[in-house]
Amino acid sequence: MKAIAAEIVSIGLQLLIRALTAVRGIWIDVEPDKKRRIYYSNHTSNGDFVLIWTALPHEIRKNTRGVAAADYWFKSKIRRFAAESVFKAILIDRNPDTRSAEEDPVAMMGEASRAGQSLIIFPEGKRNQSEEKLLEFKTGLYHFLKENPEVEAIPTWIENLNRVLPKGSLLPIPLICTVTFGPPVVLKKRESKKAFLKRSREALLAMAAIHDRGIE
Amino acid sequence: MIVEFASIVGWLVLALIAIHLTCELFENFTKRKSLRRMLKNVNDRIKAWWVMAVVLMIAMLLGKLGIIFLFVFASFASLREFLTLTNTRLADSWALAAAFFVVLPVQYFAIGMDWYGFYSVFIPVYAFLMLPILTALRGESRHFLIRVAETQWGLMVAIFCISHLPALLNLNIDGFEGKSFLLILFLVIVVQSSDTAQYICGRIWGKTVVAPELSPSKTYEGLVGGVLSAAIIGALLYWITPFSPWVAAAMAGVVSLFGLLGSLVMSAIKRDRGIKDYGPMFIGQGGFTDRLDTVIFSAPVFFHLLRFFWE
Repeated sequence: MKAIAAEIVSIGLQLLIRALTAVRGIWIDVEPDKKRRIYYSNHTSNGDFVLIWTALPHEIRKNTRGVAAADYWFKSKIRRFAAESVFKAILIDRNPDTRSAEEDPVAMMGEASRAGQSLIIFPEGKRNQSEEKLLEFKTGLYHFLKENPEVEAIPTWIENLNRVLPKGSLLPIPLICTVTFGPPVVLKKRESKKAFLKRSREALLAMAAIHDRGIE
Repeated sequence: MIVEFASIVGWLVLALIAIHLTCELFENFTKRKSLRRMLKNVNDRIKAWWVMAVVLMIAMLLGKLGIIFLFVFASFASLREFLTLTNTRLADSWALAAAFFVVLPVQYFAIGMDWYGFYSVFIPVYAFLMLPILTALRGESRHFLIRVAETQWGLMVAIFCISHLPALLNLNIDGFEGKSFLLILFLVIVVQSSDTAQYICGRIWGKTVVAPELSPSKTYEGLVGGVLSAAIIGALLYWITPFSPWVAAAMAGVVSLFGLLGSLVMSAIKRDRGIKDYGPMFIGQGGFTDRLDTVIFSAPVFFHLLRFFWE
């Protein structure tokens, strides 16, 4: 019963997202593939995860899980149902003081990844509401790749969704959104944390630049 | 009525099949590369026409409501494409939400109930005055004029102009009762084929580019060819209109001129924003606004010419 409800909600959400944003994935020097990946993306809106999820081809989507903040998704029953049953998100406790060892985000991500799943993360750690294009990255992506170096990290640039869901507006505004996927970033041997985070952030900004130049 | 409709559709479909086959054959058998590239483009356009033809036929079979819903959808998609390009920001969100969820349905509702006095002024008077008020209330002054003007242009192009296609159904022309949907067909066929004829003539005879910075492929030779072809096609189609062949030719020439020049305006907007197409809907042929750009400028002109001289 719950599975059927989840499937209906999933289709409904995708239709809604497509009606509002006509979203399409643009793949630059990388092909959609079912292999294990970690899509890392800029975070400007609460709908970011759902947008990437919709932009992925069906075969990949059903095996891709978002990594999201438990405090946000546990706030109401509806959100909880969506996170647990529809998106099958990996819900993490953002506060290191209250979480146990099994709840360590990198460990939970690694477990899902080793089970053959792909992940979606937002390495800025919170929504970017500043004027800056992209905030500095938190370290989770580095720690995850250090333990799972065979996973491909795909820079994933979301454009326009923050205009579709402006803060404080009751209604969404239909505008076209794109999700630009870039070539995999691989953690090099002996690459320092700082160097990798800088490099992966630049790879994501490069996707933003491609979008801005209008090469599609 | 149904029999007449079926025979008209039958003839038009046969004509489209004949044109499509001819172009496909030429594309496959010609040896000249430039000619082949041109025919490839023409064939892509024809493929998009088939999609349009099927959608338009289904809408027409469903009657006035079907046609109105079709253009509600077209306006929605076009407005979505247009506003994506604008400088609108957070402070415009009320105005933008109102454009999509109030202005668009109200305009088509008024057309549906045949309330000319309202739908002809609703957008240029009430919406144009109300939306800047909504924006001003948010208190953000940066680029205010630009943001307001962009939104107004979006409304004009995507809602007001496009809504004049279904508005053609409201015209009462003597001896043409119940057949006004054919006016939509006439306008779309004339304008779409003039755009393609303009392209072909421009490729063959084009020398003097109208505005190289806006659209390198639009030439005066192409424009003349497009308008003349439209006049011929209009005359050939006189039997689906309330016009005599000569009047149909003149009408087709006028609306196609507006359509072609309107398409130049729409190109200017694209160049300004550094994009090639408004959207990705039809493969190789841009978005909704790209496909509709010639219809956008010709629809209100066609509507008012008919209203003034025939009603």
